[in-house]
Amino acid sequence: MNSSSGKSYMSTASSSVIWKAGGDVVADQFPAGLRVLVVDDDPTCLMILEKMLKACQYNVTKCNRAETALSMLRENRNGFDIVISDVHMPDMDGFKLLEHIGLEMDLPVIMMSADDGKNVVMKGVTHGACDYLIKPVRIEALKNIWQHVVRKRKNEWKDFEQSGSVEEGDRQPKQSEDADYSSSANEGNWKSSKRRKDDEDENDERDDTSTLKKPRVVWSVELHQQFVAAVNQLGIEKAVPKKILELMNVPGLTRENVASHLQKYRLYLRRLSGVSQHPSNLNNSFMNPQDATFGPLDLQALAATGQLPAQSLATLQAAGLGRSTAKSGIPMPLVDQRNIFSFENPKLRFGEAQQHVNNNKQMNLLHGIPTTMEPKQLSGLHHTAQSMGNMNMPVLSHGSQSSQNNPLLMQMAQPQARGQMLNDSTVGLAPRLLSPMGQPMLSNGMATNVSTRNGVPENIRAPSYNPVSQTSSMLNFPMNHTSELPGNSFPLVSTPGISSLAPKVAFQEDVNSEIKGSVGFMPSYDIFNDLNQHKPQNWELQNVGMMFNTSQHSNSLQGNLDHTQSVLVQQGFSTGQNRNSTVISKAMFSAGDSTGHVNAQNGNQHLNSLFVDNTVRVKSERVADAAPANLYPDHFGQEDLMSALLKQQDVIAPAENNDFDFDGYSIDNIPV
Amino acid sequence: MESKHVHEQIAAMRQSFFNEEVLNENFSQLEQLEGKDNPNFVEEVFTMYLRDSIAFLETIEEAMKTIPIDSIKVDSILHQLKGSSASVGANKVLKEVNKTRQVLGKGNLERTKASILELRKEYDSFKAKLEPYFQLKQANSMAQEK
Repeated sequence: MNSSSGKSYMSTASSSVIWKAGGDVVADQFPAGLRVLVVDDDPTCLMILEKMLKACQYNVTKCNRAETALSMLRENRNGFDIVISDVHMPDMDGFKLLEHIGLEMDLPVIMMSADDGKNVVMKGVTHGACDYLIKPVRIEALKNIWQHVVRKRKNEWKDFEQSGSVEEGDRQPKQSEDADYSSSANEGNWKSSKRRKDDEDENDERDDTSTLKKPRVVWSVELHQQFVAAVNQLGIEKAVPKKILELMNVPGLTRENVASHLQKYRLYLRRLSGVSQHPSNLNNSFMNPQDATFGPLDLQALAATGQLPAQSLATLQAAGLGRSTAKSGIPMPLVDQRNIFSFENPKLRFGEAQQHVNNNKQMNLLHGIPTTMEPKQLSGLHHTAQSMGNMNMPVLSHGSQSSQNNPLLMQMAQPQARGQMLNDSTVGLAPRLLSPMGQPMLSNGMATNVSTRNGVPENIRAPSYNPVSQTSSMLNFPMNHTSELPGNSFPLVSTPGISSLAPKVAFQEDVNSEIKGSVGFMPSYDIFNDLNQHKPQNWELQNVGMMFNTSQHSNSLQGNLDHTQSVLVQQGFSTGQNRNSTVISKAMFSAGDSTGHVNAQNGNQHLNSLFVDNTVRVKSERVADAAPANLYPDHFGQEDLMSALLKQQDVIAPAENNDFDFDGYSIDNIPV
Repeated sequence: MESKHVHEQIAAMRQSFFNEEVLNENFSQLEQLEGKDNPNFVEEVFTMYLRDSIAFLETIEEAMKTIPIDSIKVDSILHQLKGSSASVGANKVLKEVNKTRQVLGKGNLERTKASILELRKEYDSFKAKLEPYFQLKQANSMAQEK
């Protein structure tokens, strides 16, 4: 609550503390009425805590599930002053909840656990908990929790003032009391005590106003999105609070607010990815693979034949990438791709791998594709991708057609494809193929042949995102972003697949960070498209994957491949989840096959329709699935498609997929 | 008087719990939380605790029968049991929980099973002691109201 009068505690049933502006707090009442939310899955402990808190005269709300707590907090952002949460909970890790709260609502959170190991306590500290209580919690420890609320406000106030909007206020209420305080009975408090002291020192020097008066910034979902968008725009490395603030252009927001939020955000990202990937790195890595020869397949040569090859390649790559991600289950669009590239190379043999494209391993798709991407980068991508959720692709959509970009995309797509590759037997290429062709796939309805155009992607994008968002749970982010992303992801598709891919990749990374889990479905989609379009390499992939249908001529093959590849790819991506991939790939294939004779262009169209269908279906399935899966409609008609495709093509359905598993932790939990 | 006698009886029982370390000071904390508006708070807490713990123990016992044993799951349940036992002041039960966790952590299956048996025994004993205590208390307070 940011009430100017600083009455944060007002409105409690038991007592309201009225803070007068700059004035005295009704000291004897405070901290009575402090609004506490206590979260613990153990009913006995919850009951005891509630009783104890009530005995402290706090206004208590209890909750036995983290998800419920989070939604309560979201619905009523200003309804609580402090949160106490158990570490060990079945539905969500307490630290994760802590992160969410810190990022979204910026409330002080106290962790508690029966565990008193140093590591756990340290974890609490690093995740931003303002205190750590050890069970059994004593009432004395609870009596002092209000200090955290005051401290936080004071700090905010300080920032506020420093930013130039000092308000007159006086005093630090309770400063003297702070001195007496022991933040909690636990040992893990040294930090808070230390902080307290620092605060006090600072306070003494400042003659600032009552900290209570400072309005607290509530990081709503929208605001946070704006923040993330700004950060992405600047690039996570270059994102400095000042610039972010300028970009966000939110009146009343101070640099300090942004700075503290950025800090939390960074922590959060770091935790998610485990690796801090530079978008630039990723790009580089992407680029490399592309530059590198694709190897035996000589996709480039093939690609020369037309867009499709490129697209196919992209798809293949994407598929490959997808697979790798599958591993983690999170569709890390970007990352996966990279990974896939790097280590999947050998696997790219579509022919062989097809059957088993298991996540990570199979990257068959990219057979021949030089995956120079370092695994690390890929993993980075992977991470980001994962966090991004399905977003990966969309990100790329930035659409720059620079060739550089594309490679990235491709690469990205590939890992994704890999990951996505159905665990069981994905046809590496197939999934990819789908994607390029997939445009239809992408967008659930987009049926436009994305592969061909740059311009088109835009359109396509939009649709594709939709499905994704709908389907994946991860979509937390995507939903919001879809609007943003579409632009990104599709661009890839439209043009020389690769080029477009690149943008996406980059984007994705950013997105990933922002999305926190937003699904990256889209990205995969796009990537595929782009891939296909773009590079001859795709073609290569296609060939590989397809293994191809020896019977087909190169041209037709390409066409077919493209189709199938895209189909496959798409499937790969869409499946995001390892599971469906097999089916989908098949489906894809069949789709491809049916259109098989069509040339790339035509095929696309056919495929489009085919896919559209599928995508639509998939979508619904996905939703039911609740799998974050990506865009790729893996679910839908997988069986049909797959079998059809497979039959025709003799291609192995790229069962990948799932790599995109967007569900990851991140996606769901991240309140975007 | 009867009530006095019962009172004394109850007090003696209670004291014996502390003496035997069946209960620890957390139990006193809970008692302090009791008040006029919720005179049966402690009993309610214990009822809940006993109910949940038995479920935990049964789950653990089941889990111990599977091969291979899902030790992570078992440890997780033990962790929960630790928290709740500590919060209610079930001292001996808590000690057994800790011991079991330790043995489980070392990976010694046989010893873990033995430890779990011990834990179960402590729990049963705890329940056997506390339930009559609360019943007596309840009867007494009802009698007092008359």
